Amino acid sequence: MKTKGFQYYLPTIVVFFAVLAIWEGGVRVFNIQRFLLPAPSVIFTAFIDIFPRLISSALYTFRGAVLGMLIGSIAGILLAFTTVRFALIREGLLPFAIAANSVPIIAFAPIMNNWFGLTNQLSKIMIVAVIVVFPMMINVARGLVLVEPAKLELMRSYAATPLEVLLKVRIPNALPFFFNALKICSTLSLIGAIVSEYFGGPRGTLGVFITQEAALFKFANAWAAIIISAILGMLFYVLILLLERVSIPWHASAQNANEA
Amino acid sequence: MASQQPVVSLKGVNQIFGNGSQNQTIALKDIELDIQPGEFISLIGPSGCGKSTLLRVVGDLIQPTNGDVRVNGKPAPQARLDRDYGMVFQSPVLFEWRTVQHNVELPLEVLKINKAERERRAREMLELVELSQFLKHHPWQLSGGMQQRVAIARALAFKPPLLLMDEPFGALDEITRERLNDELLKIWARTKTTIIFVTHSISEAVFLSSRIVVMSARPGRITKLINIDLPYPRDIATRESRRFFELATEVREALRAGEASRAGESEKLH
Repeated sequence: MKTKGFQYYLPTIVVFFAVLAIWEGGVRVFNIQRFLLPAPSVIFTAFIDIFPRLISSALYTFRGAVLGMLIGSIAGILLAFTTVRFALIREGLLPFAIAANSVPIIAFAPIMNNWFGLTNQLSKIMIVAVIVVFPMMINVARGLVLVEPAKLELMRSYAATPLEVLLKVRIPNALPFFFNALKICSTLSLIGAIVSEYFGGPRGTLGVFITQEAALFKFANAWAAIIISAILGMLFYVLILLLERVSIPWHASAQNANEA
Repeated sequence: MASQQPVVSLKGVNQIFGNGSQNQTIALKDIELDIQPGEFISLIGPSGCGKSTLLRVVGDLIQPTNGDVRVNGKPAPQARLDRDYGMVFQSPVLFEWRTVQHNVELPLEVLKINKAERERRAREMLELVELSQFLKHHPWQLSGGMQQRVAIARALAFKPPLLLMDEPFGALDEITRERLNDELLKIWARTKTTIIFVTHSISEAVFLSSRIVVMSARPGRITKLINIDLPYPRDIATRESRRFFELATEVREALRAGEASRAGESEKLH
């Protein structure tokens, strides 16, 4: 893998600072009220001032997102395997999974609060888990089933057992699908964790922090929390990207070769 | 030769897809064929003549509607369980997550052969197809022709007595194809494997085969068997010899005759 030079990233960096400059300049020139849109410099100052509170809230919420994703992924993978093993379950369950995938799970947040307790993080973790389980299941099931037919014929010509076909063909074939699901779910899980906290929860969580600061007209603080959640989201995504590169290095390279 | 037990023996084989339905197709009709050990057989015919279907019936990848298929004297399903044949498809069907070496080792893993022996055989086979220096490469790093050579090495890795090849060089350019034809004949001479080779190229069939099975479409049936009496080893001089052109012409005429008889039949229907 070639590392791209500074020149490659230059346009991105220029656009980033240009947007910041226009934002800062616009707020000053048009004298925009702080509660409408604080200037970047004001947000930055707030970010530094409340950093200890921000980081502890962010870590708490991030932990919820990661735990929820873990539970949802494991459940989704197990479901995917059963749908592949048992055609009956596949035909019965997969349409529901696809339908459930388009349900805004976050709407269940108040119900989860009722089930697991408003201040118990489990209510948030479960929301994230439910959000994650369906895309994970659908993607992994696809990866296990969408195998090049000739690969299966080849294994058949070796008189391979179903277990060998699973281990040597289906599971490796499903790995890129699994990582795709992880990437989709990394974003979904953070959204789920933060938004479920909007419906109430302990102090010292990103969602509660944002709603409370906004209610108190401390918009710079709310913006600072939004910035840190954005940074978290990107870090989470990059982490999974790195994990993918390390676990299935053949995938990205093979794709690049096909496109070339 | 006739006293030997045939490697493949087909008797009254019929393959009907969508049996009883509106769009029922007779893919194979009354196929009778014996293949002797060490033969290089090409199945040639227009698309839809059932040549790939016939190959899959021999390999027990599909079951014929009726008829008797024997491989080394056993029913085809038993021969498959005994790993009596290797398969090469039109696309290389390499596993992108495995290196070249581990792709060749795949059938050996299924056969529960130990690691040291697997490695030794993979090296030996890759030497045979002249890819020794690419052991640690991944499939996408190789050209199409090289990938197909890996597929051949993989098919030969467990030394099957019968090699089934389904248009293995069909997707390659003419130059690469002719080079691989040369290589395949060398491999065949060294391994003494019986080969059934599906192709729609007349020159490829004549150059490679000891015998050509000419097939015709709708219903898929054998219309002619042509012995190719060109001496082995064959090389570029063979391709340019007079006898080569005579045999190619004979195959071409047999293919035409098959088409013509079909045209005659459909006229009768109108």
